[in-house]
Amino acid sequence: MEWYNLTIDGCEVRVPKGTTVLEACRMNDIQIPTLCQDKELTPSGACRLCVVEIEGMRNLPPSCVTQVAQGMVVQTQNTKVRAARKVILELLVANHPLDCMTCQKMGNCSLAEYAYEYGATGEIYKGEKRDLPIDSGNPFILRDPNKCISCGKCIKACTEIQGRSILDFSFRGFDTQVGPAFNLPYNESDCVFCGSCVSVCPVGALTEKKMVGMGRSWEVSKVQTTCPFCGTGCNFDLNVKDGKVIGVTSNPDSPVNGKALCVKGRFGMDMIYSPTRLTTPLIRKDGVLVPAEWDEAIALVAAKFGQIKKESGPNAIAALSSAHCTNEENYLMQKFMRAVIGTNNVDHCART
Amino acid sequence: MTNSINEIPNSKVMFVIGCNATEAHPIIGTKMMQALANGAKLIVADPRSIELAECSDLWMRLRPGTDIALINGIMNIILANGWEDRAFIEERTEDFEKLRENLQKYTPDVVSKITGVPVEQLEEAARIYATAESAQIFYTLGITEHVYGTDNVMSLANLALLTGNLGKECSGVNPLRGQNNVQGACDMGALPEVYPGYQKVANAEAQAKFEAAWGVPLDPTPGFMIPDMFEAAHSKDLRALYVLGEDPVMTDADANHVRKGLKALDFLVVQDIFLSETAKLADVVFPGASFAEKTGTFSNTERRVQMVNKAIEPIGNAKADWQILCELATAMGYPFEYQSPEEIMQEVAKLTPQYAGITHARLGTQGLQWPVPNAEHPGTKFLHEGNFNRGKGLFVAIDNQIPDELPDEMYPFLLSTGRKLSHYNVFTQHSEALETYAPEELAEVNPLDAKRLGFEEGERIKVTSRRGEVETKIRITPRVPLGLIYMTFHYTETPTNVLTNGAFDKVTKTYEYKVCGVQLSKLS
Repeated sequence: MEWYNLTIDGCEVRVPKGTTVLEACRMNDIQIPTLCQDKELTPSGACRLCVVEIEGMRNLPPSCVTQVAQGMVVQTQNTKVRAARKVILELLVANHPLDCMTCQKMGNCSLAEYAYEYGATGEIYKGEKRDLPIDSGNPFILRDPNKCISCGKCIKACTEIQGRSILDFSFRGFDTQVGPAFNLPYNESDCVFCGSCVSVCPVGALTEKKMVGMGRSWEVSKVQTTCPFCGTGCNFDLNVKDGKVIGVTSNPDSPVNGKALCVKGRFGMDMIYSPTRLTTPLIRKDGVLVPAEWDEAIALVAAKFGQIKKESGPNAIAALSSAHCTNEENYLMQKFMRAVIGTNNVDHCART
Repeated sequence: MTNSINEIPNSKVMFVIGCNATEAHPIIGTKMMQALANGAKLIVADPRSIELAECSDLWMRLRPGTDIALINGIMNIILANGWEDRAFIEERTEDFEKLRENLQKYTPDVVSKITGVPVEQLEEAARIYATAESAQIFYTLGITEHVYGTDNVMSLANLALLTGNLGKECSGVNPLRGQNNVQGACDMGALPEVYPGYQKVANAEAQAKFEAAWGVPLDPTPGFMIPDMFEAAHSKDLRALYVLGEDPVMTDADANHVRKGLKALDFLVVQDIFLSETAKLADVVFPGASFAEKTGTFSNTERRVQMVNKAIEPIGNAKADWQILCELATAMGYPFEYQSPEEIMQEVAKLTPQYAGITHARLGTQGLQWPVPNAEHPGTKFLHEGNFNRGKGLFVAIDNQIPDELPDEMYPFLLSTGRKLSHYNVFTQHSEALETYAPEELAEVNPLDAKRLGFEEGERIKVTSRRGEVETKIRITPRVPLGLIYMTFHYTETPTNVLTNGAFDKVTKTYEYKVCGVQLSKLS
């Protein structure tokens, strides 16, 4: 592999050929603001927030689409660069709703984070504001086009991660919107509600509908876990507030799926709190299942299994283990049947 | 899977048979879409015009249940053109001559007649698959849920062996496992003939190993498989059944027969997170904890063992399934004194060669793909590099067979069952969001059949088989061929498995969910 030496903010760094300037900076813990960049997506150079100054280049090139060259000298934080970034942020904020207090994205909004860092208030370029209808006609995703900054990440996620290309830009200039073809609402399009678009949106334009009002990002703890549905083994973060799961968000470090999830994994976890959950042991008495204490239920099953084993032998008892339970639980179930009951009558839906 | 999910985007050729990945395994489906964007070729064999068929380079609409003929036909063409991998066959396989001899009768014309696939398509499939630098086979339950499912799978293994598509990246025979932890439940020995790690109960050495570990004498006779259990319940040989996290009344074929079997038991215990249709028949119900409420591991379809991390306390008075099992074993006089799932995994690792190097700490956020034979081993991305478990790969001559029950005059439609994107098996109905999005069964019926029978879009109709009847709404669509109705098994209100056939594969005893005869009629 060929390596290049370059200087970033006065520091000598060495990176492989083919690396972008942005990657080179991040590999060396140099912070660069970005709105349209995501490591799972091809770079587009759309937002221009990652501009840097490179000796010998006339303009300020976006670092996400500029490859390193031998001997390059890069400035990432000088006055010229910061002023250019501030102009971009001012333009974005000027046209952005400032309802941050009630915005679901507060605390996790890249635009707000950079506007704060660069002191962009939106007052320099005051002008027209958008007042577009919010797309809320589906159970999963809220789309507020007024908050969209046209970074195009959702479009790329739909195409490059999901392979569907449901989303694209429509209209021109100030009227530009991002959405399904003909700017249809999500539920009238061919969208399959994987939510990849939501997972990459840097602002509050796309949010998980069920999580709105359920908690602020700083109140939420994230627990990485494995999806309980199909055999793909996607990982995601359960978002927990006050001991309650309020939703699911992508975990970009998931080994199998990265940020991608399907409609079930991302939006189906409200089943945890389904009113149909069993919350107490039940014992059939006079033909009806009635609530019981754990001790009573365990003792009854132990006694019944013991009695049947004594009367008819261990092979008169069988168990169906579960492809939905953990390895540890399946191990215990087969050990229970083999070592405690004394039979190999244990199977599960292994082949279906 | 012999290979790994993240090899898929780099595939050169994908042969997808009996596998609707974009709906049943959506993220694997997206990886296939990424492969297509990267220039991979896609061959699909499926009676339905699934989404992957629509994106494919070649779609073979075979008649349901004719997979063996199709694969034999493709192999016949490969041999006729000299596209087989001679060196691989020579070095790594045996019984090639037996296969070759058997393939002679599967000429393109004969196979085309059996499968309904035009000869040119068979030739094209053979060319694309066999001349690729590497080619991957993906199959799912469309292959296994037949009375000759095992033979279907072995046919695919023959095809991979013939072309040397095993033991290297972006190749292999890749079953996409259905449930989150069906791989792990098998690995853990929740099967009647094997201990954890597929060590046979009938093997004296394995028996001695587990007797020493568990301190009790063990029975070397394999136990009942699922269909045997219901039969034994009917005949009173089985008196008690303990069902953990399964709902056979909804998910096993010929549900009425299953229900009768369960009712014939003296004692039924069900442990679940919901009051399932099976739980409603139980004598005792234990409330288990959901995945969010406990710690442990799941093993996915690519053999990756991954952490399930507890995020919240169990709801109400529910308990983690492992704790319930510990209490029950202890109450029966064999104390299970595990303090945590991690401790259980330590015991698993000691007894299971594939999991020997696995601990919860090592799994971390990335998991490990078994085999992990020791604490330093990094895991195994793809299997069979250099040699197979049995040494050489064995070709098996397999002949075409017919399903147990095909449509006839009385039941003229072929019913095929499966999943759809918006639901997973029988418990996503408990998600309000998903239930709002896809609230009811929409059986797929071909437009010409619908016209002939006078059905309208969205009409509720009656579907009857020899075993029972259900009502369902229909969706009229050319996705299904003439004479075929496709239904899912997700909905309690439309319990499709009342209709399906309880005939099963001779080896695995997997039911033939993919083919049975039904009659469609208007509701009077």
